[in-house]
Amino acid sequence: MSILIDRSTRLIVQGITGRDGAFHARAMRDYGTQVVAGVTPGKGGQQVDSIPVFDSVEEAAQKTGANASIIFVPAGFAADAMLECVAAGLKLVVCISEGVPTLDMVRVLDYARQRETRILGPNCPGAISPGKAKVGIMPAASFTPGCVGVVSRSGTLTYEIATNTGEFGQSTVVGIGGDPVIGTTFLDCLEMFNADIETRAIVIVGEIGGTDEERAAEWVKANCRKPVFGFIAGQTAPADKRMGHAGAIISGGSGTAAEKIKAFTTAGIEIVYEPQELPGLLKARL
Amino acid sequence: MKIHEYQAKELFGAFSIPVPRERVAASPAEAVSFARELGLPVVIKAQVLVGGRGKAGGVCKVSSPGEVETEAGRILGMTIKGLRVGKVLVAECVDVKAEYYVGIIVDRVSRRPVLMASAAGGVEIEEVARTSPGKILKAVIEPSIGLPAFQARNIGMALFGDAKPAREFTLIAQKLYRLFVERDCSLVEINPLVRLGDGGLLALDAKVNFDDNALFRHPENEGLRDESAEEPREVEAKAAGLSYIKLSGNVGCVVNGAGLAMATMDMIKRYGGEPANFLDVGGSSSPEKMVTAMRIILSDPNVRTILVNIFGGITRCDDIAAGLLQATKEADIRVPLVARLTGTNAEKAREMLRGSRVTPAGTMAEAVKKAVELAGGAR
Repeated sequence: MSILIDRSTRLIVQGITGRDGAFHARAMRDYGTQVVAGVTPGKGGQQVDSIPVFDSVEEAAQKTGANASIIFVPAGFAADAMLECVAAGLKLVVCISEGVPTLDMVRVLDYARQRETRILGPNCPGAISPGKAKVGIMPAASFTPGCVGVVSRSGTLTYEIATNTGEFGQSTVVGIGGDPVIGTTFLDCLEMFNADIETRAIVIVGEIGGTDEERAAEWVKANCRKPVFGFIAGQTAPADKRMGHAGAIISGGSGTAAEKIKAFTTAGIEIVYEPQELPGLLKARL
Repeated sequence: MKIHEYQAKELFGAFSIPVPRERVAASPAEAVSFARELGLPVVIKAQVLVGGRGKAGGVCKVSSPGEVETEAGRILGMTIKGLRVGKVLVAECVDVKAEYYVGIIVDRVSRRPVLMASAAGGVEIEEVARTSPGKILKAVIEPSIGLPAFQARNIGMALFGDAKPAREFTLIAQKLYRLFVERDCSLVEINPLVRLGDGGLLALDAKVNFDDNALFRHPENEGLRDESAEEPREVEAKAAGLSYIKLSGNVGCVVNGAGLAMATMDMIKRYGGEPANFLDVGGSSSPEKMVTAMRIILSDPNVRTILVNIFGGITRCDDIAAGLLQATKEADIRVPLVARLTGTNAEKAREMLRGSRVTPAGTMAEAVKKAVELAGGAR
């Protein structure tokens, strides 16, 4: 088991004829993911590395039985690409694109809720279930099959943390994205990891801004039966400055690392102060 | 992106949200002539892109032309929280009976716009939220429906207890929501919204922030940008596709990814040092980007050492190494360099850097320790 993606995932790559889309379509397929189709409007009938390209998501889904999509289109077209997936009835949409307007996400998520499509992202590295499937842009060599579930708002920091799960490996690693309005939250992933028999421990990689970490902590305290570890980035971040990620901002004195660490501690989530502490902490609890 | 009060008021005007009669002045003489036109007394308000200008002495009421000249001159020369005041707003004085708060943001939890209002106007809403959250009235807006009259009216009735101002409030709230959506705002705020002696409502102050991600489709928003309020290094970095924020320490950082960049800063502090900056080189970094990154960091005279922490994914470590080598040739790098490169093409990168003046490090912790040491050790 794992969460979100596995060997049964049948993937569409939207924007497959672009540089990033083509590169990652190949990398995901080489990893073992079933990349069944690409979509670029106007380029239907072509092939990219023998992956058939269609003009629309609906057609791609009909002809290939795809159930998920990953989006590599420019930010201004990302909302439309996501809406197209929701309309076509896909179950999972991973949006890698960075810089999607917030009000676009409000509208997309409203529609996705009605049609029960899960959106991961935007502005995220995607997800990987090591040894099974990769729907994202992460370097495969940093991940090994195992029992630790990792959920993070970051990209490269996620790779750093995942590498440090050492001998325990990972069940699934999910990057939920650094934007203020995102489709899948810490809470969603925690519920899934808690229910997944393969996952024996969970690591939450949070950062300044918003209250998603606090809500996750409350849920862990009330519901989670597995050991949970937490890392928070941005303890030295100044207030009112956006730290790279659109959602990483301390505003009105709220969203600080200190608040989040306190919420984690109160909920019994063990704090990881440095990534290299993780193997020792895991060993003590597993 | 933030804009000035006077610009926000102009937007309010375009959406027929009532504002006081006022003019923006760049010199004391201009202020005097506007004050005469509006009729004394007037209020003079500093136009800066930070809060707390009232407390800093940037707002005052004046009743003679002489006073207008002196006070406008004083405020125009002021620096508030590091920002120089370049313009003042000269506004008519109005008969305020009561002050309220109204604002719209996108709520991260419900993932919908939320209309917020409070009878505690004139106070920072964050302060109200902390001390008496019960005083904030909220209406979650369904994006497919917009803000229907009944939702705004219910808040209006709770605020005023009277149908007439509640009706007026409803119209203002709906116009505010239209502005919020049409111009892709991340915040619109009237604080205070005042009730006048004659019973009417007026936006005495205005705050509008635009969603940076949506600027590409709003050239009209981009035209309102005040670059003088931005740190020049941050502007240069942005133009080069880098995300840079200046801090006060002496360990310069070059990292790929915002989360890892923050974690690197945190670890520097943990090992007794102080980060000089936040810098995310982003994905797929070209050597040129690295050169620019180094130049920006080195333009900060506090920097004593530079720490490069790269976890290669889309970013290739050999590109970073090439950039580092090019930077050591082109830029006058007077400080030690420590680099930790792992992930895609890391081996090749290490090979390239062998024999150069870049000190290699195997792990993030090792790199941070070395960098802090080279910057003069833990404090």
